[in-house]
Amino acid sequence: MNLLDFARGPALKVAMAIFCLGVTWRILAFALLRIRRDMNRPRASVLKFLGGGLLTVGSRSWPHREFIGRTGAGEALGYSYHIGLFALVLLFTPHILFLGSLFGVTWPGVPSSLITVISVLTLTLFLAVLFRRVTNPVMRMLSNFDDYFSWFITMLVMVTGLAATAHFGAPYETLLAVHILSVDMLLVWFPFGKLMHAFYIFPSRALNGALLARKGATS
Amino acid sequence: MSDTSGVLTANLAPAEARSPEARVAGAMSGFAREIGALSAFRLESCIHCGICADACHFYIATEDPQYTPIWKVEPFKQAYKRESSAFAPLFRLLGLKHEVKADQLGQWQHLLFDSCNMCGRCSLICPMGIDVAALIEQARHAMFDAGLAPKELYEKAAHQQVTGQPEASAEPYRDQLLAIGARFEVDIPLDKSDVEVMLCVPRSDIEHYPGAVASLARVMRHLGVSCTFRSDALIAENYGYYAGGKEWQREISRRLIDQAIACKAKILLVPECGHAYAALRWEAADLYGKPLPFKVLQVTEFLADELKAGRLKLGAAATGAVTFQDPCESARKGGVNEAPRALMKAMSLDLHEMKNHGGFSFCCGGGGGVLDIERAAPLRYRTMESKLREIDETGAKTFLTSCSDCRRTFDDAQAHFTWNKTPQSLLELVAANLIGAAAPP
Repeated sequence: MNLLDFARGPALKVAMAIFCLGVTWRILAFALLRIRRDMNRPRASVLKFLGGGLLTVGSRSWPHREFIGRTGAGEALGYSYHIGLFALVLLFTPHILFLGSLFGVTWPGVPSSLITVISVLTLTLFLAVLFRRVTNPVMRMLSNFDDYFSWFITMLVMVTGLAATAHFGAPYETLLAVHILSVDMLLVWFPFGKLMHAFYIFPSRALNGALLARKGATS
Repeated sequence: MSDTSGVLTANLAPAEARSPEARVAGAMSGFAREIGALSAFRLESCIHCGICADACHFYIATEDPQYTPIWKVEPFKQAYKRESSAFAPLFRLLGLKHEVKADQLGQWQHLLFDSCNMCGRCSLICPMGIDVAALIEQARHAMFDAGLAPKELYEKAAHQQVTGQPEASAEPYRDQLLAIGARFEVDIPLDKSDVEVMLCVPRSDIEHYPGAVASLARVMRHLGVSCTFRSDALIAENYGYYAGGKEWQREISRRLIDQAIACKAKILLVPECGHAYAALRWEAADLYGKPLPFKVLQVTEFLADELKAGRLKLGAAATGAVTFQDPCESARKGGVNEAPRALMKAMSLDLHEMKNHGGFSFCCGGGGGVLDIERAAPLRYRTMESKLREIDETGAKTFLTSCSDCRRTFDDAQAHFTWNKTPQSLLELVAANLIGAAAPP
């Protein structure tokens, strides 16, 4: 078994298993904690309660008018690199084929030259994000190992992916194997750190939004 | 950071034999055990983006990162991760999350009490949607259990849970209430039974703003609503809520609940007091253990309903341009945004909104018990400067609010800054502009 076979064979299988079990456990663990019933009379109807949750899922995608002057640039940076990441994962033909082999569905990709442009842009944004995290006093204070390691491992996946498509520095098979191994590492790390926000973001917005709507509070 | 000397000792019950360190350890593990799925989910969802800082006036005024709202719960996140998160055994085994120590938590007293109004503005900005203010309230409970509630709040809460009032008064509040009735020539309904509405008042209204008390009685009399104050539950405030003493908060709320049930009230009317509304409307039933057998309404909410039903008619008030301070607890966090504006519209007021108003308004600076914490005053004044500027920028001549604590905070600011505006009560303005004869007794 060569490195590539290992990376996309047993290593990927183990990583996927850790990912699935870890994510499931991390979500199920909430169920072991107490769930309190709110006995205070709601202001909103059930419809407004649910609507408030859905509305907040959308409305928190961009800052309220009152905050935009202070947070607009930071949020734009954050969303930009996320869009870049999604584009790379979902629009690069080899990725589509890989996802197709897992889920049985494929879709058209974009030319690899465009993917290279998106990769470089996303990498640049990712460096800007790190720069911001270490220079902004609030973010620096809040940051811990999880923030930096999650950044590092995502960056590693992007860099190795870019190197593989550019056939840079080593034979393609080796570069591809290293790229897939970095993805395996990301999958293993995923349930343990902040990458879990991918699963939390919409339920969190919906839940908090619905609870605020229940009171008729601002959301 | 604040000086916390003496606080631990002050808060220890006589029978408390544990050391401060043991007490803090107990409080933190209690926090982690009792956290509940919702708060755990909120803590887990934080992505350390720090955006919540940009909603907090303590951070905006100082640019000091320690005032970042989510940072205020950092030790509690640490305790939760170590004790009850999904990978807690791993965190403990590898020593990744340390036990929270008494000296560390002592430093957080300044962050959770002196520099947090519990105003909830931070809950509106989080891209993950986290209700940060709810986490801070829960953290205050643990601080109380750790013996780290500020002395002023602790003592008032302790006094109130025993006597029903936060401080000793020269004369019983019941007598003061009747004296206000006599002075303002308005009937004060007291200790009646079988009424529609039970009334209560902020003690600061009795002591500082008797006109607001008289106005409440006058408006209710005008509407012909059967109502009563109850001698055993006159005071609306809840210092247990501020101090983080959940049991005491329960006892203080229970006093009002029991009396409302005793007089068979269908409505418990919360006066112009933001946190009293939060404590009674959105927390009392949970602490009581079952739904309340009556409605809890804020006074402007009640009056707006009367207005809509055509039972309340108001004349135009000659105030000139006005601006309105939305109390955070009743407006942003409690949903009472439209009612005060409906009343102002009915009085044909020329309302000039502040730049940040309604649900997005900045706190007066005194909320969350901050006004009562003496050592917090310099920071509070610094924080208030932008608020006062916003008020001035409206060009309004009259400055209204619907919260007794906001009023006290702005009165204090008026003296401190030699500011030229005096906050007035919306309720008092309503009472002064009633149209039509009073309903028959």
